[in-house]
Amino acid sequence: MSSLELVLIILGMFVVTYGIRVVLFASAHKAEIPEWLDKALKFVPISVLTAIIAPMSLTDSEGLAVSLMNPWFVGALTSLLVGLMFKRQLLTICVGVLVFFLMKLWLGA
Amino acid sequence: MNAFQNAQRGALASLPMIVGGLPFGLLFGSLAAANDLSIWFAIAMSSIVFAGSAQFVALGLIAADAPLWVIVLTTFVVNLRHILYAADMLRFVKHLPLKLRLIMGFGLIDETYAAVRPMYDMGSADRSNGHQVYLGSFLSFYLMWNITTVIGALAGEYIPGISEWGLEFAMVATFIGIITPYLKSVPYWGAFAVALVASILLKDMPNHLGLIVSTLLAVVIGYSLDRLSGANKKGATTNV
Repeated sequence: MSSLELVLIILGMFVVTYGIRVVLFASAHKAEIPEWLDKALKFVPISVLTAIIAPMSLTDSEGLAVSLMNPWFVGALTSLLVGLMFKRQLLTICVGVLVFFLMKLWLGA
Repeated sequence: MNAFQNAQRGALASLPMIVGGLPFGLLFGSLAAANDLSIWFAIAMSSIVFAGSAQFVALGLIAADAPLWVIVLTTFVVNLRHILYAADMLRFVKHLPLKLRLIMGFGLIDETYAAVRPMYDMGSADRSNGHQVYLGSFLSFYLMWNITTVIGALAGEYIPGISEWGLEFAMVATFIGIITPYLKSVPYWGAFAVALVASILLKDMPNHLGLIVSTLLAVVIGYSLDRLSGANKKGATTNV
């Protein structure tokens, strides 16, 4: 790759990345979001965050890995239960991470 | 609370994800070096493009000698989810000055959206101070991402097995910590269940498309359940 190509790659990637992120913000003062869409968008955080971590927690390179021998699954399940029971974010994170790393250590993986 | 304290709260809320992101920044820098790309290229990517997963995809495409338009188009698809974040954040930023919104747009990454957006729901951020919390999250993540990129590129080779350490689990646990307070009503449980099942079924779609499709599906289900329960409660007379 020539330097010019590399510069163009950076430029092109910047334009599409920043474009996607900023287009609505830039026109925010005149954008009117209809009420139904506003209500639907409230489901974005839970939907996207779940969709990011579910494959990490429940699958591995071989497919579904819902097993008590899978630290990712057990750690995530622990976090979920602790989160639902105590509703304390820091506790949820700490207990989950602790369980995950203890299990990794124990399995020697 | 002053602006600095608000920014601190934003940074603090992002801390687990910053830790979770460390290996990726290092890995990105070292992978760029391993592909014989100059350190300046790696730094330009992280500081100008600032798009975690798209940066990795681009490295792979450069290594495969893909043409420019393929790299740019793939970046577009990989980052498409950010438009959903922007649409969802709009109600909290539309009163802010344009300059500030242009800066905030640059920092609209998964981690900052994940850390800051729920704070509006939980009452720890509002329209008057949310942008300060947001900037604290964005800047601390930006700093980490660029520093680790430089370190990784200087180290020049793989940091042995760092991707196997499982530091990303910090992100998984954080996201769960963010999700659980929402799980109080049927519509949110519905969105959760659909996102979970769909993202696993669609995980092999190229370019993170599975992520976008399952997110949209979950949003539609959550919204439909919300309307149904609203209709039951209020009776058929309301027309919202």
